[in-house]
Amino acid sequence: MTNETNSKTASVDEVLDKGEYKYGFTTLIEADTLPKGLNEDVIRAISLKKKEPQFMLDFRLKAYRKWLTMKEPAWPNVRYPKIDFQDISYYSAPKPKKKLESLDEVDPELLRTFEKLGIPLDEQKRLSNVAVDAVFDSVSVATTHKKKLMEVGIIFCPISEALQEYPELVEEYLGTVVPIGDNYYAALNSAVFTDGSFVYIPPDTISPMELSTYFRINTEETGQFERTLIICAENSYVSYLEGCTAPQFDTNQLHAAVVELVTLDNAEIKYSTVQNWYAGDPETGKGGIYNFVTKRGKCAGDNSKISWTQVETGSAITWKYPSCILQGDNTQGEFYSVALTNGHMQADTGTKMIHIGKNTKSSIISKGISADHSSNSYRGLVKVNKGATNARNYTQCDSMLVGDQCSAHTFPYIETANNSVQLEHEASTSKISEEQLFYFEQRGISRENAITAVINGFCKEVFKQLPMEFAVEAQKLLTLKLENSVG
Amino acid sequence: MSLLEIKDLHAGFEGTDIVKGVSLTVNAGEVHAIMGPNGSGKSTLAKVLAGHPSYVVSKGSITYNGNDLLEMDAEERALAGVFLGFQYPVEIPGVNNAEFLRMAYNAKLVKQGEEEVDPLDFDGILDEKMKLVGMDRKYKDRFLNEGFSGGEKKKNEILQMAVLGPKLSVLDETDSGLDIDALKVVAQGVNKLNNKDNALILITHYQRLLNYIEPDFVHVFSGGTIIKSGGKELAHELEAQGYDWVTAPAK
Ligand SMILES: Nc1ncnc2c1ncn2[C@@H]1O[C@H](COP(=O)(O)OP(=O)(O)OP(=O)(O)O)[C@@H](O)[C@H]1O
Ligand SMILES: [Mg+2]
Repeated sequence: MTNETNSKTASVDEVLDKGEYKYGFTTLIEADTLPKGLNEDVIRAISLKKKEPQFMLDFRLKAYRKWLTMKEPAWPNVRYPKIDFQDISYYSAPKPKKKLESLDEVDPELLRTFEKLGIPLDEQKRLSNVAVDAVFDSVSVATTHKKKLMEVGIIFCPISEALQEYPELVEEYLGTVVPIGDNYYAALNSAVFTDGSFVYIPPDTISPMELSTYFRINTEETGQFERTLIICAENSYVSYLEGCTAPQFDTNQLHAAVVELVTLDNAEIKYSTVQNWYAGDPETGKGGIYNFVTKRGKCAGDNSKISWTQVETGSAITWKYPSCILQGDNTQGEFYSVALTNGHMQADTGTKMIHIGKNTKSSIISKGISADHSSNSYRGLVKVNKGATNARNYTQCDSMLVGDQCSAHTFPYIETANNSVQLEHEASTSKISEEQLFYFEQRGISRENAITAVINGFCKEVFKQLPMEFAVEAQKLLTLKLENSVG
Repeated sequence: MSLLEIKDLHAGFEGTDIVKGVSLTVNAGEVHAIMGPNGSGKSTLAKVLAGHPSYVVSKGSITYNGNDLLEMDAEERALAGVFLGFQYPVEIPGVNNAEFLRMAYNAKLVKQGEEEVDPLDFDGILDEKMKLVGMDRKYKDRFLNEGFSGGEKKKNEILQMAVLGPKLSVLDETDSGLDIDALKVVAQGVNKLNNKDNALILITHYQRLLNYIEPDFVHVFSGGTIIKSGGKELAHELEAQGYDWVTAPAK
């Protein structure tokens, strides 16, 4: 964070006056899409284009300089070719997705998936950006919701808008949970992020609805470096939903988002994700998304709670550890995860629970499903600081293997500096077999329903955490993904 | 028309036949017993009848109710009334026993063009069937076969048969693992389910079961085929003299 209090927007002249800019900076400003490559000029150009306050530019530059000194992490269980960070364009003006006239123009494969997922027709249209009746138009839905939220004082808007309208709120919290130098990808994101969501729930407010990125991202292509900041003030509650079950395609291979959550006294945030990015060619794994996201919540206030629920089914590579910093006394962190890998996907996911306050509690329920040639790892850290008396953790890691070419790994780490801590750990590995499916079929139950039943049984504790319709869609999604993998 | 007609069936794994030339006709209302040494291919025949995808039929035909059974997949066969009581029922953790039974029951109802039943109504149906096979209600909420004892698994197979009311039931060594009292109860249950419209194929090693469920025919199975058929007295002779008695003179 910078010490400057009067945030203001830097003008082109001001920037140029500083004389720090190489020849060609004006071209950068004028371009709709920045040429490939990353340097300080590019970052200044992004900030300027977005008319950001000074603190934001300082934040970005600091992050960039930090990033330069960092090394790309090499994880033992994830393999991918080296990413050329100079071969990426870090800014394009938000492009509206191509509007289609009718569903006939939509990729039939996508339609088939929609159908299998049971997504209603109007929703299908909206997701594939086909023009829809005014009643169902996402813009009007979004506007109605926004109005309803404003009535109770909830702010839910793109973070770029928040930087214009509520710069002091953003400045106060941005980077307080995920510091700019936290990790290689977080540093990069801090330097170059272009948009994301901002949510502020004022004190004593229960959000009247689930907040969902659904309302925001569909008319625009999703950003490669998204940034989300959610603040839940005293005695408030919000449930936030990210993503959707419909397959997401993107031309950007690397996605490095950062999500920060903050709860003040007695507040609670429930953050749910369904991730279904394109995983690449099932045979070769080519062309899939690399999803390197940093998600972290800080229970800053006493008696507050943060709960992460994730259903991860896509991306060629997933590398994410939604975590909780249990700073306040009596705070609670929860992590519920279903991670499915098939084809040649690789997932290394888990959580970190950092116990700082007294009587803090965390629970981790992780369900890994691996099929085909995929590799699925759980990596979790439970850290109990000296002052965290009576901290408690419960961890349960279950793996399910589908077929015998895949692998599952669990890496639980525990660091504790306190004797009064209570830790419990359970783990299991099971298999879904052809014999099991035959058993169902012999009783007249379809293969599809059989897989659903077995997977639901396996993931029950996690699905239970999702909002009802979302849970149903997530179940169908998993079945769809596994249909061809068993046998 | 016969309910089941197997003609010169050869089946097994890719390249190796385990069932070698079985012919068998089963009419509605009949009970057939198949007895034979370990590894002779009895379970293989049963699984081939049920449409297990791991087996290939290299020769022969199976007609069921006038239809080509080999053209149907396992699910279709089940919905058409073919039931296999497994010799080794598989455990399915995470799937509730009652819920599984309801799924199966509903699949059948849907097939018949009827409404599905909700869990509450099904609970009543299930209670009645559990009584029939002498099973305690506590097994409803267990996961399917998970941690069930050998005998409990077998009872659970018969419970499924009772719930589904199949036309052709193949019970593969359902008696193995049942204690003396359970055998009696289960056999009585099976007898109650028998009528002139359905048929039963019992694969067993023991005459004892046949004391309770009286077969119309007994077949001796050896080396992948039926080498001798007869009435229920054949079972007694086998029990007294062993298989050598039939296998030896057959050469
Ligand atoms: N997957 C397999 N691969 C190779 N051989 C197999 C396989 N499964 C079964 N067999 C063999 O096929 C033969 C017949 O087995 P099957 O289970 O049909 O015998 P069975 O008559 O039911 O015997 P039992 O009375 O012991 O139950 C056995 O020799 C068995 O080892
Ligand atoms: Mg057998």
